[in-house]
Formats: sequence, structure tokens, C-alpha cells
Amino acid sequence: MEFALSEDQRMLQDSLKGVLNETASLDRIRKIAVGDAGEAAILDGALTEFGLAALMVPEAAGGLGLGALDACLVQEALGYNVAPSRFLATAVAAKALAGKADLLIASGEAKFALALTEVSSRRDGAGVELKGGKLSGKSLLAQSVDGATHILVADTAGAWHSVSAMDAGVTVMQTIDRTRTFHEVTLDGAEPLASVTPAAEVLALARLLVAADTLGAAQAMIDKAVAYAKERQQFGRVIGSFQAVKHMCAEMAAKLEPARALIWHAAHALDIADEEGPMMANLAKAHLAEVGTFVARTATEVHGGMGFTDLVGLHYWYKRIGVNRQLLGSPEQARQAAAELQGLVV
Amino acid sequence: MKLTLDPQYEAFRAEVSQTLAKNAHLAPTADDKGYKNPKRLAWQKFLIENGLAARTIPKEYGGYGAEPDILKARIIAEEFARSGLPGPMAGQGISMFVPTLLELGTEAQKQAYIRPTIHGEMIWCQGYSEPGAGSDLAALRTSAVEDGDHYIINGSKIWTSTAKQADMIFCLVRTDPNAKKHEGITYITFPMSTPGIEVRPLVDMTGTANFNEVFFTDVRVPKSGVIFAPNKGWQVANATLTHERGMLGDPNATKARLLELIALMKTETVNGERLIDNPMLRDRLMKLQAEVYAMQANGLRITTSRLQGQPAGLAGLVVKLQGCDLNHEIARLAIDALGELGILYEEGEHLRSGGTWQWRYMYDLGLIIGGGTAQIQKNIIAERGLDMPREPKLAKA
Repeated sequence: MEFALSEDQRMLQDSLKGVLNETASLDRIRKIAVGDAGEAAILDGALTEFGLAALMVPEAAGGLGLGALDACLVQEALGYNVAPSRFLATAVAAKALAGKADLLIASGEAKFALALTEVSSRRDGAGVELKGGKLSGKSLLAQSVDGATHILVADTAGAWHSVSAMDAGVTVMQTIDRTRTFHEVTLDGAEPLASVTPAAEVLALARLLVAADTLGAAQAMIDKAVAYAKERQQFGRVIGSFQAVKHMCAEMAAKLEPARALIWHAAHALDIADEEGPMMANLAKAHLAEVGTFVARTATEVHGGMGFTDLVGLHYWYKRIGVNRQLLGSPEQARQAAAELQGLVV
Repeated sequence: MKLTLDPQYEAFRAEVSQTLAKNAHLAPTADDKGYKNPKRLAWQKFLIENGLAARTIPKEYGGYGAEPDILKARIIAEEFARSGLPGPMAGQGISMFVPTLLELGTEAQKQAYIRPTIHGEMIWCQGYSEPGAGSDLAALRTSAVEDGDHYIINGSKIWTSTAKQADMIFCLVRTDPNAKKHEGITYITFPMSTPGIEVRPLVDMTGTANFNEVFFTDVRVPKSGVIFAPNKGWQVANATLTHERGMLGDPNATKARLLELIALMKTETVNGERLIDNPMLRDRLMKLQAEVYAMQANGLRITTSRLQGQPAGLAGLVVKLQGCDLNHEIARLAIDALGELGILYEEGEHLRSGGTWQWRYMYDLGLIIGGGTAQIQKNIIAERGLDMPREPKLAKA
């Protein structure tokens, strides 16, 4: 028995962290957040060179054939640096379209966006319908649309389709999180290039990756709060020596550390096709939403007034976690899914 | 990542499972009450002889004498849980005193105490906390004054479980009142039948006396009862506390409680609707299930660290705080789910689960406080896990 990361997994995460430390500085994230395309291209180029696109594609299709746990480690590192990346969309598309669009994904020829919000929530007239072999309708809060060649879109009957991004009308949707862009996607008789009925594992993977992003972002917030508390002086002492502050930090760590193990376990369960895998992934999505929200608030408070300012920039992590909480299903929806997956809902 | 066991361990599991199944008729039942009940003593002896209790205690001290093996220990615990049979005896003598003695005792002490203790023939209690020394344990004042080859002990202890039943006590006393507070303490053992010891039951919020107060008036005990060395009791006690913290917050016990709660919510109905079908209650249940799975996975991580001889770090430091809180929350949801019937206690026609959820909701609060309060745990997590500075010491007035 060994419940730990392998040497390869640690190397994967460490080397990606190295790339991100160099290319995803807060300074660059700030510029990307106000729409600086040149800065976004530098980061995107570094991540492309790192080979993120091919990670989750099976080896037979020219990819590296890595699993859900590897993907979680990658997403955690991205979340730690609040880095924008197409990785989540690519990983989910590779899993959903296995055997259909693999080669294109691995080579980087197909860059996927995700339009899956309506799998969990349809509102404001959103929803894409398949009629006579064509897709029409709209999807809200689609991810990674900028620069995408393809969009993975869910229809209202439960099938997912790959469509050309050229066939979609897109409008920016401004969220609190400016480290990533979101769009409203409109299809009007678009031709599906490939269609699948995804197993529970695919949505579970997507939700788990959102949770892993929160894990990374929350860890970064704890690290920043602890560092600040050890440096900031008030009443003639560093504030980290006050139990009121120390206990806030301890509570954050006490909640997040077991949450990390939950992500590992859920990812491993998906990798070995354990029947509890999708259930655990949904629990992880909901749990990281709760723990992440707690950490985001508490770490900001540890910083006092500075935590509230744009100067320190902590809000990028706070907002990233806030968006992740709702993305691809609220905590309540993820818990409902977990209950259904274990037969507790009749 | 590999959560499966090698074939040798699967074979070991089968062996344990068969031994338990074949000998289930020897196990004591709920009717076999009392600490030295013959059936319970016989069961413990059987478990030791078959390597299912006192497994790593050397043969010369009455144990089974196996090499330490974390996975085998885990398998044994899992198989007991699966079988529903009573497990090996625990308690402060077996779980805390014996490991301490093996580490720091003299040969004569090991020979005298380990065999009867692990066989359940010698019951121990722990004399650590005092009315004026709780979280600040090193402030303890119970005094031991030298008198030839004896000490004369005066003072009192509190939170002493099993003091009524105990044959012996392991106790922290102040032997050097002039030394710094951590340096004048001695760890000593003596019989509870020594003249001058009075035990008063301490009734707690559950309505029962799970603990006692113990009063010492001119209690004369031999110096041979000192463990390790005089004035080195703080180091000895720290060795013992490490063993205690490992006992609290076991994720497998928490998982078992969650399963009990799920079973309750599936069978119990209100207004003709099963509790599990109430979306608000089910949502709360799923919240707790996520935490239980997280603590279980955290436990797997700790086990792996121990197998690799690595420190468990933060994953280990958070167990007592998170585990005890989670148990408490599970009891709280069970009571809320039962609603008005959840307030019933002890006996009566409408009582559910024997009133155990209310009992746990109270007793578990005791565990959140005992064994190092939640606040002390947070200090430890922050200082040892996050490397945050200690509270500055107050200057002496």
C-alpha cells in the first residue's frame, strides 16, 4: 500500500511550478487581467511548450496518457499561481472525446473550450438543442473560449458535441475573476463534428479539476497569510505570535490538508475505475468549495486592511476560489450528485 | 498510488478473519461486564496467544513478540471492525503506560508490570491533570517529598478515568519545587491501595461519572516506582502523550459512525417521509461524508508516511482537532435528524439508538477538550506545522 505521489508525479508538479514561478508572476497576471494579449501569449506559450495539451491524451493517440491524479496536480499548480490556462478544458475534452479528437488535441491543432454550464444549471433561456442533426441555442459562462478552435458543448438531452468555434457567436461575460475569461456562446444550426454520451466519470473529472484549482489557490492564500503574519508587527510583536491570528492560520491548514488527501483519493479512484470514483469527485468538488471559501475569507482577514487592497493582489485568489465554487455545479448540486451516485436518492 | 495490499497481506487478512470467525463463541458479550470478568480475561489471553492483541510486545514480557508491522496492525483492526467481535483490551495501562515502560522502564519494572497489564489483570489509571494544571500541565503542584527510600505524596489529581477500578497509578508529581517548572517533575507508579488515597467520582454532563478526582494525603510510596529518573518526568510524560494523541480521532471509527447515521436516516421516518429523503438533511449528511472521506484519505497518507519512516507533518498534526470535531458534528446531525425525539435520553419507549447520539454529543465535547484542548491543538498546528512564532512568555512580576 502506498498513498503518496510517485516520483514522476512530484517531478511533474515541481517542474510546472518552476515554469509558473517564472512566467506567471502576479505582475503578469495583473496585466492579463486587464486584457493584455501580449502578456497572455507569453504565459500561454510557456505552458504550451511545457506540453500541457498532450498530457491527458492516450499514448496511442500521441499523448502522454496521464491520469486524473496527474491532471489534478497540474491544475493545483495553475490555481496556486492563479494562472489562466486551457488545461482544464483540454483535459476534459480529451477524456470526453477519447478516440474521436485525440490526435488533434495532442498535436495542439484543436484547442478546446468548454460550454457545459447547462449540464448543472439552465437559466435565462440557455440550453443547446440538437434538431435534425444541427445544434442551436446558447450556453452561458463557457470556459477558455479565447483562441479556441473547438467547443465542447452539452445539449439538453445529455449528449456532448464537439463543434467548430467558427460556427459559434461569442460574447464576453464579465465575472469577478479576471484571471480567466468566460463567454456566452450562441449556436445557430452548427454541425456537430463528434458526439458522445459522457459517462459520470467525465463530469466528475471536470468537477474534480475545479476542486484541484481551488486547492492550489487556497494553499497559496494560506502561504501568503502565514508569511504576512510572521512579518507584520503590531503592539510590538509579529501578529503571528497572537493566538487569535495563529488559530486562524491553524484552522485553515487543518481544513485544507485533509482536503488535499481527498482530492488525491478521488483522482486515484477515477484512475483505477473504482465505482466510488465519481461520487468521491463530487464530494471533493463540494468540499473544496466550502474549505476554499473559508480559506479565502480567513486568509484575507489575516492580512487585515491590506488584504482588501488591490496593492497586495490577494483578491485574485479570493475571486478565483469564488468562481470555482459555482463553476460546473454549486456545492449543493455536487452533493446532490454524490448522493445520487451512491443510491441515496430514490 | 497503490491502495491494494500485497498477496502476503491478503493471506494474513484471511488468516485473521478465519481465526476470529472460528472462535467467535469465546468472545465476551455485553452481559460479561466488569474489568476483570473471567470471560473477558480469557478472550484477551486468546487474542494475545494468536497475535491479535499485544502483538508487538516482546514474548519475555507476555506479548506475542511479532515485529512491528503497520499494515498488519491495520488489517487486524479492520477485521475486528468487520467481525463485530470485541477487540483487544485498551485503556491507559495498555495504550499509554506499557509503550512508555518499554521505552524508558528498567528491566525489573518491565518484568513486573507488562505481563499482567496486557492480560487485563492489572488496571492502571493516569494521574496527570490537576485542578490548577490543565492545558498548563507542567504547572502541576502535587508534591513528593523524599523520606529515605520513599516519597511522601500530597495533592490531588482530576480527570482520572478508571481510578475506582485501578490497581495502580502512573502519576506526575513535583519532586523539586525550586527547579524550573518542567525540570522538577517525576513520573512515578504506585498501588492505588496505598493508605491516604481517596477517589471521588466526578459526574460529568452525560450524567455518569466517566472520570474521578483523586486526593493524596501523606501517601508513602517507594522510590522504586520512579520511571526513568527523578526530575525527568516531563520527558517521560511527553513520550506517553504521543501515544494518547494517536488514540483520539481515529478515522475508521468516524466512518463507522457515519454509516450508523446513514442507516438511521434510511430507516427513521417523520410525517411518513424517510429522513434521508429530506433534501436539507441529506445535504448536511453529504457535507459530513465529504469530511469523513477526507479524514480517511488523510489517514492513508499518515500510514504511508509511517511505512516510509517519514514524519507525517501537517497531515498528522490535524487529526485530533479535525477528527474529534467531526465525530461531534455527526452526533449533532443525528440529533437534528431525529428532531423532537432526538432530545430523549437514557430510557423510554420512544428512545432511538438507546440514546447514544445525545450521549456522544456530550461525551465527544469532552474529547474535544480532553487530551489537549482544541485551542492547544491549534497552537501545535501553527507552531510545529506552519512554523509560526510562540506566544511570548509573560515577564515575571
